[in-house]
Amino acid sequence: MAFEGLADRLQSTIKKITGKGKVSEQDVKEMTREVRLALLEADVNYKVVKDLIKNIKERAVGQEVMESLTPGQQVIKVVKEELTALMGGEQSKIAVADRGPTVIMMVGLQGAGKTTTSGKLANLLRKKHNRNPLLVACDVYRPAAIQQLETLGRQLDMAVFSMGTEANPVEIAKNALEKAKEDHHDYVIIDTAGRLHVDNELMGELQQIKAEVQPHEIYLVVDSMTGQDAVNVAESFNEQLDITGVILTKLDGDTRGGAALSIKAVTDKPIKFAGMGEKLDELEAFHPDRMASRILGMGDVLSLIEKAQTNVDEKQAKELEEKMRTMSFTLDDFLEQMGQVKKMGPLEDLMAMIPGANKMKGLKNAQFDEKQLSHVEAIIKSMTKQERQDPSIMNAGRKKRVAKGSGTNVSQVNRLLKQFEEMKKMMKQMTNMQKGKKGKKGKGMKLPFM
Amino acid sequence: MGFMDKLKNKFQRNEEHVEDVSEKYKEGMKKSRQTFSSKINDLLARYRKVDEDFFEELEEVLISADTGVATVMDLIDELKMEVKRQNIKDTTEMKDVISEKLVEIYYGDNEQEIESLSLQEGELSIILVVGVNGVGKTTSIGKLAHQLKQEGKKVMLAAGDTFRAGAIEQLEVWGERTGVDVVKQNSGSDPAAVIFDGIKSAKSKQADVLICDTAGRLQNKVNLMNELAKVKRVIEREVPHAPHEVLLVLDATTGQNALSQAKIFAEATNVTGIVLTKLDGTAKGGIVLAIRNELQIPVKFVGLGEGVHDLRPFDAHAFVYGLFADLLDKE
Repeated sequence: MAFEGLADRLQSTIKKITGKGKVSEQDVKEMTREVRLALLEADVNYKVVKDLIKNIKERAVGQEVMESLTPGQQVIKVVKEELTALMGGEQSKIAVADRGPTVIMMVGLQGAGKTTTSGKLANLLRKKHNRNPLLVACDVYRPAAIQQLETLGRQLDMAVFSMGTEANPVEIAKNALEKAKEDHHDYVIIDTAGRLHVDNELMGELQQIKAEVQPHEIYLVVDSMTGQDAVNVAESFNEQLDITGVILTKLDGDTRGGAALSIKAVTDKPIKFAGMGEKLDELEAFHPDRMASRILGMGDVLSLIEKAQTNVDEKQAKELEEKMRTMSFTLDDFLEQMGQVKKMGPLEDLMAMIPGANKMKGLKNAQFDEKQLSHVEAIIKSMTKQERQDPSIMNAGRKKRVAKGSGTNVSQVNRLLKQFEEMKKMMKQMTNMQKGKKGKKGKGMKLPFM
Repeated sequence: MGFMDKLKNKFQRNEEHVEDVSEKYKEGMKKSRQTFSSKINDLLARYRKVDEDFFEELEEVLISADTGVATVMDLIDELKMEVKRQNIKDTTEMKDVISEKLVEIYYGDNEQEIESLSLQEGELSIILVVGVNGVGKTTSIGKLAHQLKQEGKKVMLAAGDTFRAGAIEQLEVWGERTGVDVVKQNSGSDPAAVIFDGIKSAKSKQADVLICDTAGRLQNKVNLMNELAKVKRVIEREVPHAPHEVLLVLDATTGQNALSQAKIFAEATNVTGIVLTKLDGTAKGGIVLAIRNELQIPVKFVGLGEGVHDLRPFDAHAFVYGLFADLLDKE
């Protein structure tokens, strides 16, 4: 990993402090310097950092930190609180027009991800809000931009309005609105061409579209990897168009995403959604508090928990728990569980969300090859029903057969069986522990092999 | 003679071509130059004395240009040493020292004027183009194809981005614009297979250069990076010593993450050069400093606009000249 989190950065400074008994002003200064570097490395704009540091310093020099037994953690807490306060609360509501279709305009620099995000947003509106959006192709400049939106429309089975590359974008938007009224679409999503915020001519075109269609929402789409320039971009788009919100894209990358903080600070407009992957359902509500953790390099535990919650079937989980308690967990159940983990997305994505996972020995360079999971799957599927219920009957002959059937070898089969036995043992211990302290019955181990 | 004068002379001595390039840089980088140099000038005007405050502000100027944090810290340390060594007290003396150090980072040890493409004469050269999503790979390929064709080369393109909607069509439009053949398969097919086809076709049509497009991918997606490594292996197998160039396309607006991109893409595909796009905005492109400093990967081209001619060979002298033109003109 290219960057260290704030916690790691503070570690060495704190080592010097612990043992001294008291934190001096000089110590605080050193700590805030580390905070500053961490924020700058996360691409937070330097002016924003400056203001933040001022606040943090004031609070840190006060009793809160200096008299604390764990000054390092206190500093992190203060920093996190400041960041979270700046980011504001969660706001993923989309406007609804009183009458006629609600119009959403998508704007931004080239390559920010406007077209893909338009598709994702349309999908979200239909899936979550039960709406019937019309996508509008107003990017007449970039080669094949219209085809891109049309292809997305086909993939989503969603209507796309276009008038080719010869038409004027303002005309296209105007006609699209008419078309939407005719065909009873309740949302219109206008995908505009990417442009530089300093390109007066093209910025003027956006203003014309805005004047023509009177959009209810204007979303600025920003690449989360943007550096210091994010403030300039956000500021000028906001000044010229008075945007209503921001969508941050490519957050499934390994960027810290300090741009989020910069944009919020200069525009004071909410960041509403985050693009979390290349698939069309990977647009999520933006969580400011989690972003604060991410900027500080503290992992994204909450997102992980939520991901598990939405993807793991509650009923199945209950059944599993029951099986674990009664020790009737079989290889079939194991297989089922694996399917659930797979549903949560690529394993490396999940690992990236666990704080410190990239620091753990063995995990650091681990390649979470989905192929390995398919091997396990193949092995279990090659076993007979009886074998899956009771693996103890697996003798050399059976193992050979299973290895052949699954395209693996006997040692791989052995390894899986051994792992399964160990897991069962672990479960036994866990359930015994749970029996010990009743009332605090946890959910048990949902994901024993993670 | 001051360092900047030397730089200026270097330009004036050279003929039109360089003039043209530097003009283009001046124009394309007007925004970056204005902010960057005016900040340095501001800084020098406001601080008479070279002290801690001065260095802190200088640090901010450099960081605001997206120069890597670590690079800036190193630079500041070096400058402080230099100030001590030369016993500099006045900020006006700092101008030369700062620019000299910055240029030093660009060049490293081997001072090469222009980083040109290493293409084979008389046989097929293959250029593989990689990068994250939305940096401008396909557009850069279109411009590069145009440029190579102007030089009299027979160019072909392989539509290796089989994933993104409309990507193949986008490359085809560039093919038509520049009058260059595009080898493609259906969307969703194996990119390695498309590239394989491209090589076959380029060989039989006796093309000089085959430029291979690939789908944008975030560098932390292990599976996608493995796919890219596979594409490269196919090229290596089919043509000895190929790919002759692996160009990583970077968006100039990208912040610190560009370093991570350069590192990981270099691991997967042995990147030989960088194309820095979208330098015509307000982004400063300072990340070039950090990447050269930390990874020694040279920048080969910069994108300075939307036109087909707006991809320029990277010339470190011109780049620095662009950044510091205001300072020079005032002298």
